[in-house]
Amino acid sequence: LQLEEDEAKDSFDVDVAVTNPEKVVQFKDTSLPMFRSKAFTVRRRYSDFLGLYEKLSVKQSLLGCIIPPPPEKSVVGMTKVKVGMDDPSSVEFVERRRAALERYLQRVVSHPSLLQDPDVREFLEREELPRAVSTQALSGAGFLKMINKASDAVNKMTIKMNESDTWFEDKFQEVENEEQQLRKLHALVDSLVNHRKELCGNTAVFAKSMAMLGNSEDNTALSRALSQLAEVEDKMEQLHQEQAASDFFIFEELLADYIRLLGAMRGCFDQRMRAWQRWQEAQSTLQKKREAEAKLLWANKPDKLQQAKDEITEWEARVTQYERDFDRVGMTVRKEVLRFEKEKAKDFKSQIIKYLEAMLQSQQRLIKFWEAFLPEAKAIA
Amino acid sequence: SPRAVNVDLQTDATLQVDISDALSERDKVKFTVHTKSTLPNFKQNEFSVVRQHEEFIWLHDSFVENEDYAGYIIPPAPPRPDFDASREKLQKLGEGEGSMTKEEFTKMKQELEAEYLAIFKKTVAMHEVFLCRVAAHPVLRKDLNFHVFLEYNQDLSVRGKNKKEKLEDFFKNVVKSADGVLVAGVKDVDDFFEHEKTFLLEYHNRVKDASAKSDRMIRSHKNAADDINRIASSLYTLGTQDSTDLCKFFLKVSELFEKTRKIEARVAADEDLKLADLLKYYLRESQAAKDLLYRRSRSLVDYENANKALDKARAKNRDVLQAETSQQLCCHKFEKISESAKQELIDFKTRRVAAFRKNLVELAELELKHAKGNLQLLQSCLGVLKGNT
Repeated sequence: LQLEEDEAKDSFDVDVAVTNPEKVVQFKDTSLPMFRSKAFTVRRRYSDFLGLYEKLSVKQSLLGCIIPPPPEKSVVGMTKVKVGMDDPSSVEFVERRRAALERYLQRVVSHPSLLQDPDVREFLEREELPRAVSTQALSGAGFLKMINKASDAVNKMTIKMNESDTWFEDKFQEVENEEQQLRKLHALVDSLVNHRKELCGNTAVFAKSMAMLGNSEDNTALSRALSQLAEVEDKMEQLHQEQAASDFFIFEELLADYIRLLGAMRGCFDQRMRAWQRWQEAQSTLQKKREAEAKLLWANKPDKLQQAKDEITEWEARVTQYERDFDRVGMTVRKEVLRFEKEKAKDFKSQIIKYLEAMLQSQQRLIKFWEAFLPEAKAIA
Repeated sequence: SPRAVNVDLQTDATLQVDISDALSERDKVKFTVHTKSTLPNFKQNEFSVVRQHEEFIWLHDSFVENEDYAGYIIPPAPPRPDFDASREKLQKLGEGEGSMTKEEFTKMKQELEAEYLAIFKKTVAMHEVFLCRVAAHPVLRKDLNFHVFLEYNQDLSVRGKNKKEKLEDFFKNVVKSADGVLVAGVKDVDDFFEHEKTFLLEYHNRVKDASAKSDRMIRSHKNAADDINRIASSLYTLGTQDSTDLCKFFLKVSELFEKTRKIEARVAADEDLKLADLLKYYLRESQAAKDLLYRRSRSLVDYENANKALDKARAKNRDVLQAETSQQLCCHKFEKISESAKQELIDFKTRRVAAFRKNLVELAELELKHAKGNLQLLQSCLGVLKGNT
């Protein structure tokens, strides 16, 4: 079975900026020919993003696409409660949401099928969107929960399928394993972020105590050196702060995104399962109709016979349709999985490289601080 | 074994002391105290004995209680070896063995054993520094108890203080600090001592504060390094799931983190040795200096009281000779203490400045060394990772 991997023919930038904490979003697109202009800005509410996701999920759910989930309203359960991150009024929270919404949109528009979707186009172009009402109940997390519940129910059924299913079975297992691993890694990175923030606070406090000690010291050169050490530690605090931000915004959020995306992918496999179910149920209904017809023939009731024949025709058509649907969903899922794996590899590589580059810069600055301090220490006499 | 010398001492061929070996048993540490001496006081030129922590404390306390040494800064006693926290962690690890992979367990066990070893080395260094300070002191090195400590190859049978003695100590300290407050309020005639008193009171408090805060900072640093260790393991697991490009990428990053976290752990350990231990040591030394000032103040009070008693005796013309003798003794004692205390305090400053210089220079050099190591690892890893994508 040869699958064509669609190359992303269009690449363009979507910039998202949250301009104020009341969840108003402003963004612009550039360079895409199908839109009415090259660059434009629209204002969107957070609930609009959720609304888009809901519309896409309902429509695409029968087709087997992986719909990127938007950031959840709260992330309780994924992270330890951190001062700032979950507080809607904090700068960190605003930045976090902004960055997450941006990534969400980028994933949506980089998907060739979703980009064609009229709801997506409307979201990107239309001046004013009517308020999405039902997103209260169906925030990303809520919808995912629904998928998860359904997925569990489906898994409980034992299904004997054809030979291409080993691919799906194996992939599903892989996805589950990977999701588990990523959750574990996410928790570890979260712990690192917390410890770095602690280190930050403790370094600042230590710097102050060193400054005080320097003040007390009655040897002039030593007093000076201790004050300089206090300054170095102050700069270290700044470094730790930036490193913690990098740990969180680059590494931890990457993991959180992919944990959600893998969940969405499981939903995808689910859809294929349901398509199969529908097909099987139709086959079983068809069988029953045929048996009913046979009974009628035997019982010699010609008036009901025509109805029975009509029903058989109807259900034969359905069986054919559902079989086609199932095959098509299977193909879509396979394509989606391959596309996803490519995207994921690209994403992880680019984000982790970015993370390491931030670490590198941090070390370079650290070196400058201590190089400046060393002569001060040597000058003590 | 390298000595964590927080003190700049001049080693003297006539008496050299070190701790050549140490053994950690279930709930005690046995130190092998090794002496090399050309002094005639000893039977041999080189010998060793085994001592435990309580015996060091006995020696220290005997100095403190000796009236003849009232005018000296008594080298601070080494802190009690404390492996409780480390032992608890090792135990918890043993209990949790079932819940982690074999690699994780081995890794953590190595980490905890390294931690245990580090604490062990530190306690050896601190006990050694105490003995070296005594050996370097012109008067204390001649002390008879010190010689017994060094040479007597049997157990000194210094049993732990019983309840009554502990209670007596407690009251002694209460009285001492109350006196300390009283005495601190009295302005000294001598400018040098007045300055030293003001200086030491403030310095001691600030060093105490800095010491506590450095500990907290370093602990956070260690925690972060531990997290990176676990992250490296987790990335390794992800990397071994398959042989895709991404998996190979994970393996390389895991390898990088494994190396950088070793460096981070070393940074925390070096900060501990060069900064935290330095501050802790000078916390104890500045307390010993304060104790000296207190003893001098006490002797001044005694001298002033003897003067008053003499005036009274002369006024009543009764027991005048007795009062005169007593006054002369107090005067002599006060002057003797003042003379040696002045020198001791000057030496203390010299030692302190030298020790801080040495440790701050070494700290800066080590921070630079480790940062450059990290930088190099990151640069080479990024080179490989970017080259492959």
